[in-house]
Amino acid sequence: MKSFAGKTLSWRTADGVIELTLDRAPCNEIGSATLGELEQFAGALDSLARDSHALVISSARNEGFCAGADLRELYRGLQDLRPAARLAGVRDFLERIHGVMNTLDAAPITTIAAVHGVTFGGGFELALACDLIVADKMTRFCFPELRLGLIPGFGGIPRLKRDLGNAAVRDLLLTGRSINATKGQSLGLVSQVTGEGDALRVARATAVQLGKFDRETAIVAKRFIKPIPREELRREIDIFCELFMRPAVEAGLRKFVESTDALPYLP
Amino acid sequence: MTTIEKTTDEVLGLAAAHFKVPREQLSPDDDFFKKLRINSLQALDLLTRLEQHFHIELPDYELQGVSDFRTLAERIQSRL
Repeated sequence: MKSFAGKTLSWRTADGVIELTLDRAPCNEIGSATLGELEQFAGALDSLARDSHALVISSARNEGFCAGADLRELYRGLQDLRPAARLAGVRDFLERIHGVMNTLDAAPITTIAAVHGVTFGGGFELALACDLIVADKMTRFCFPELRLGLIPGFGGIPRLKRDLGNAAVRDLLLTGRSINATKGQSLGLVSQVTGEGDALRVARATAVQLGKFDRETAIVAKRFIKPIPREELRREIDIFCELFMRPAVEAGLRKFVESTDALPYLP
Repeated sequence: MTTIEKTTDEVLGLAAAHFKVPREQLSPDDDFFKKLRINSLQALDLLTRLEQHFHIELPDYELQGVSDFRTLAERIQSRL
């Protein structure tokens, strides 16, 4: 399917570039609807990539690229479930989202995340699954999961370790603080920092540049320089599930859900 | 070295300009969430603009319990 318009995202291809646009209010939180449509995209990617040389992922939401997992849906979904069913539900979701992230990570095409604003948790993980991150100067990256008694569960830790020095990974994970795009670039996370509102334009210009090179060579080079840490990714799911069953996590989720603020776990 | 008074004034000016509130309506002891009518997302936006303006890095946990401009300016001042 060369183009698709769903409830949470859309994609289209033009001039050899696939554009995947996230668009679910308020800030592209990843719940079951988004996961389903991301799976559709992942299923179509090989076919789309045959006639393309780049994929650009961006967000149509003013608030930012993606605020992470839909914690409200997660909390509601857990109610009235016995512990075993809760764990099975969480593990199923994680394995499915990992399937999507792994497909993106290994895509036979150069992938660019054009990010702005809030790029937190699962949103940060989605960006990390791409080859390049182009960030608007107002972007903020964050792994807030420790604030909720969890770790990132969508593949963020192995991918962050792949890209950054261990000290930077410890800083982001253990403090749960957010960093801006300039800091992200100094760490080697962000390829280019752009003016406010300009990330998509710069990502598209970069995609045009990518089209000048032999596609097969680019795919071979990518596979050589970007290993996928499959063993660690599986281990991350196990650790997340172990942590998830702790009472502190449900308490943290309840506090989140009961707040009317967009990001109640900050600062 | 920039004085705390100048830093505070710059914080108030930047906040007023970005959130389109008349500068004269803001004072250092105002609660910036209430006065600017912002939520946590917009507070992050303000944080990024302040980091860029002052060329500093300000971890958001430094803002734990901070809701007035004066204390925000003190946190910034300590990084200059």
